[in-house]
Amino acid sequence: MAHPAPLVAPQPTLAAALKALLGADLLAHDFAADEDSITVDRAAVAGVMIALRDNLEYQQLMEIAGVDYPDRAERFEVVYHLLSVTKNHRLRVRVSTDEATPVPTIVPVWPNAGWLEREVFDMYGVLFAGNPDLRRILTDYGFQGHPQRKDFPLTGYTELRYSEEDKRVVYEPVKLAQDFRNFDFLSPWEGADYVLPGDEKAGGTGEAPGKGAPTPMTSKEVKAADDKAKAPPPPTPKTTESPAQTGAGAKVNKAAAKTSREGAKATTRAKAKTPATKKAEATAKTKIPAKPRAPRKPKTGGDA
Amino acid sequence: MTDVPQVKHHGSDMFEGYPVDTANTAGDQAVTNYTINFGPQHPAAHGVLRMVMELDGEIIERVDPHVGLLHRGTEKLIEYKTYLQALPYFDRLDYCSPLGMEHSYVLAIEKLLDLEVPDRAQYLRVLFAELTRICNHMLNIGSHVMDVGAMTPNLWVFELREDCLNFFERASGARMHSAYFRPGGVHQDVPERLLYDIGEWCEKRLPKLFGDAMSLVIDNRIFKQRNVDIATVSKEDALAWGFSGPMIRGSGIAWDLRKSQPYDAYAQMEFDIPVGTRGDCYDRFMVRVQEVYQSARIILQCLRDMPTGPIASLDRKVVPPKRGEMKQSMESLIHHFKLYTEGFHVPAGEVYVATESPKGEFGVYLVSDGTNKPYRCKIRPTAFSHLQAMDFMCKGHMLADTTAIIGAIDVVFGECDR
Repeated sequence: MAHPAPLVAPQPTLAAALKALLGADLLAHDFAADEDSITVDRAAVAGVMIALRDNLEYQQLMEIAGVDYPDRAERFEVVYHLLSVTKNHRLRVRVSTDEATPVPTIVPVWPNAGWLEREVFDMYGVLFAGNPDLRRILTDYGFQGHPQRKDFPLTGYTELRYSEEDKRVVYEPVKLAQDFRNFDFLSPWEGADYVLPGDEKAGGTGEAPGKGAPTPMTSKEVKAADDKAKAPPPPTPKTTESPAQTGAGAKVNKAAAKTSREGAKATTRAKAKTPATKKAEATAKTKIPAKPRAPRKPKTGGDA
Repeated sequence: MTDVPQVKHHGSDMFEGYPVDTANTAGDQAVTNYTINFGPQHPAAHGVLRMVMELDGEIIERVDPHVGLLHRGTEKLIEYKTYLQALPYFDRLDYCSPLGMEHSYVLAIEKLLDLEVPDRAQYLRVLFAELTRICNHMLNIGSHVMDVGAMTPNLWVFELREDCLNFFERASGARMHSAYFRPGGVHQDVPERLLYDIGEWCEKRLPKLFGDAMSLVIDNRIFKQRNVDIATVSKEDALAWGFSGPMIRGSGIAWDLRKSQPYDAYAQMEFDIPVGTRGDCYDRFMVRVQEVYQSARIILQCLRDMPTGPIASLDRKVVPPKRGEMKQSMESLIHHFKLYTEGFHVPAGEVYVATESPKGEFGVYLVSDGTNKPYRCKIRPTAFSHLQAMDFMCKGHMLADTTAIIGAIDVVFGECDR
């Protein structure tokens, strides 16, 4: 296990305990991605919850989530997430249903199920039999439809704006200036395990369709390989860190003072000062020399 | 019989249609229940919360919170985005602790991918998650004391919050919606100077300024009168109502996901869990005050122990290459293009990952069908369960206590309404 997600110790005895406790109400139990989930009979869900709370110490109901699988016979799945603060363990309980069949409420077991069930009802239209207050919760007053269903469009059906003529907010059918763009990245070729002609010896790609990104090596291994493959560092660049390395000095000055004519010294003849040059000199003296600008830093690898 | 002054109902036609109890109750005075709207536009509602309250005089009889006024359909939008494109939506859930929201999401993706995250990235995430906690608690503590009447501490702790936001800006380029945590690590490395400044801030400025501000509040008589014994929640009730975070710790249950189910580098951190003794608003407030000091402790440990190395997974099929690399290598260019258009595919499966966000357990239930977009991403907000308990917490209290109770819940509607 390499990922840094929350560590929860597995409960090896849980499977047997669940089987003994729930009996025929337990339809399936699976352990995937370090998480236990069970599927239970819809009609028995309230009793199952009481048993889990009282006998297996799952004291808290953290979440009720709806999921929509339109191609299933019972398209909705209601997923309860329980937490045990004494055993330090989480359990997922699944129940499946459709648009018309209500799921028994668990409000008497956990009072906070009230709003969570309301949300599933609002978003998916799943009915909860016995919930004392099954109103919509997140959507607008008077909203129609169940927005999290897979067949509900992302843009919805109505939009609202403030109307200056009516002096109130008015609802109108959605008008899109541009069609909603949905890119289909599911290439039918990707992950297809076929053999290219002439490539029979190599075999197929070996990838299962729909497989996610592989994690071939740990970061340490990758880094070690990278370091190995790196080119040797460039030779030490030429620098001038002491005056001796600049090439300046008395000897050079002497040589530079020589003019092309052997031995002759360059003479500077004072120019006659006109009023204009005097003025220019005066202003130049008072002027504050401009602060030298810091050299521009080279841009290092910008963000992606 | 003498004339008994009848209680005059102010603007009784305003409440037309509501059931009014006409039977006399106390003495010969006719006391009638009436219903008022608290919010949706109320400075102490911490956003858009509408509460329909049934009052008996000034005593609250029933509260019906109406949420959803900030519903933006985040979960629906996420189903139409790739895993990476969906990340910035999490900043916008609880906009007071954006990195805490991202944390659960990136951990959920990493769990599905079973992706290894380098140590430096884990330490950076813990560092910024704790900075987010301080930032969030500054806002909550400040607004809580202001809701019950104190102005000065709020201004002081907002100074500290501003410092935190500046740190986020220096790390990610954005003050609030950082999008800094990414699947596989963090987006970019931080400058050395920033780490130094954070350390100095935690050692000097934070304890001084925060200590000063809290010295005005925690022993203040008025503050105590407004908070002690208000909305007392027992351990049993806290468990039954699905409380988490400072709300459950205020009730005396030492439950902290950073300790009990450690993620990222929290297993290496040493810190204490403050708990309350009475389970009232004052305890919840004090738990948050203590958590600020504990967070500073964790930050200093992070700074002390943070290793050097890569800041994101080196798996090129998940983490896109940097721009500089992209301009030199053809392979990187291809990966860059693929990861920013199609994104990475996540193996089919489902996980529920919850982290200790500053407000409590923030969970992400992620269902993947093996494509590049989440099939379902259910967000478990902290405020949903807490607000639901408003009715039982407010019952029997005065109307003015509502602001203290909401302040102690620490509710933000971006997260509650999604």
